[in-house]
Parts: sequence; C-alpha cells; structure tokens
Amino acid sequence: MLDQIVFYFFAALAVISALLVVTRRNVVQSAIFLITALLATAGIFLQLHAEFLFIVQVILYAGGIMVLFVFVIMLINLDVSIHQVQFNRQWWLGLLLALVLGAQLILAVALGRSGLPLGEPAPATALEPSTQLVGRVLFNEYMLPFEIASILLLVAMIGAVVMAKKKV
Amino acid sequence: MIPTSHYLFLSLGLFTIGVIGVVTRRNVIIILMSIELMLNAVNINLVAFSRLVGSAEGHVFAIFVITDAAAEAAVGLGIIIAFFRNRETLLGDEMDLLKW
Repeated sequence: MLDQIVFYFFAALAVISALLVVTRRNVVQSAIFLITALLATAGIFLQLHAEFLFIVQVILYAGGIMVLFVFVIMLINLDVSIHQVQFNRQWWLGLLLALVLGAQLILAVALGRSGLPLGEPAPATALEPSTQLVGRVLFNEYMLPFEIASILLLVAMIGAVVMAKKKV
Repeated sequence: MIPTSHYLFLSLGLFTIGVIGVVTRRNVIIILMSIELMLNAVNINLVAFSRLVGSAEGHVFAIFVITDAAAEAAVGLGIIIAFFRNRETLLGDEMDLLKW
C-alpha cells in the first residue's frame, strides 16, 4: 500500500513538473521544474530499490547538471528572450507528430504486455546490497565500457572548454 | 506491488513530453532540458526492467546514460554560449547558418 502511494505520488509529480518544464515562458522556472522532475525520478529509483542510482541522480543530475544549466542561464541575458514568441511557427505539426509517437508507444506497451512476462517481479532481496552489486557488475563485465565512458567525459570536458573560450 | 507496465507508461509519458518540448519550443536551453527529460525517462525504463529481472545490469546502463547526459549537457551549453556570443540569439529557428 505504501509502495503504491509513493510510486503514484512521485509519478504524478514527475509528469506535472515535466509538463511545466516544456510550457513555462521563463527559463529559470523551467529549470526549477526540471529539478523537481529529476528529484521525483530519484524517488522512483528509490522505490525500485536502486539506492545507488538514487544518490547518483540527486548528486549528479539535480546537483551538477542543473548548476551548469543555471549558470548558463545567468550568463545569457534573459530579458530579451522572455518577450519573444516561445513556440515554433509549426508547433501544431510538431505537437501532432509527438502525440502520434506517444500513441504508438502506448499501443506498443499495451499490445506487448501480454507477450512479455511482465507479471511477477523478482523478490526485493534479489537486488539487496544494491551498491555492491552495481560495482561488481560495473567492474567485471562492463569494465571496457566504463573506461570508454571516462574517455567520453574527457572529450566532453575539452570540448566544453574549447567551445566556451573567447578566441578559438 | 506495482506492475512493471505502470513504470513503462510513466516512462513513455515523460519521453513524449520531452519530444513535445524538443519539437515545439524555440528556446535552445529549454530544448536541451527536454532532452534531459527524455534521457531520464529511458533511465526509469532500464531500472524498472532491472527490478523485474532481479539483476543489476540495468543500473549499470542507467549510469552510462547519466554519463552521456552529463557530457551532452556540458558540450551543448558550451555551444550555446559560443553561439550567443556570436549571434545574440537563443532561438533555435534562427540558427540557420548552414541553411542556404
């Protein structure tokens, strides 16, 4: 019972704040609602017994990436963009296509639900020392992707510095 | 016990909202934020299936997706700053230097 209350609360919070992210006029308000959506997702991770991902989500997403976003919003002058038209000229076409995509996804899940063994989840103890299990999988089977991810981060760091430099 | 399909419906709802943000908004920063929303929706899917199967591999992939999101945000915001310095605009439909 408590499980369900937690899940539906965080799910509703995530969906509402995601809707507000894409509809607000002010970029700062969008950023704040994006933080709410990410924290609600973190709550869903916790409800799914993914403690390590929960804390990664809070520290890295809500802490790191959002600070980056807010810094860039601060560097860019806001007064001009707030008075401009916020949506594309062809926004109705985009909205229509996005809704068609959403309907297709709903259809796929609703039809595929009977084919997949979606019923009985594994017992909650299967993921018990969550952080330990993640570390074991990450450093055994996924060692090479882990190293490649570190190279990706290095490239992104160099790229960000080069992009934001005054004179290239 | 919440059925896994509910997580899938939540995830596809968030993903669709992200797509709507990407294709309808003009402000580039909000487009980047919508991309973050979409990546986040994918993570919910991965973790929900990981819970269903009872293995930690989905968590590992979610960590890789978060790494990607961080890299993408850093480079994307760098590009936005460089572009704003040159053209004094944040609107995605005015970024048409390659359009003839």
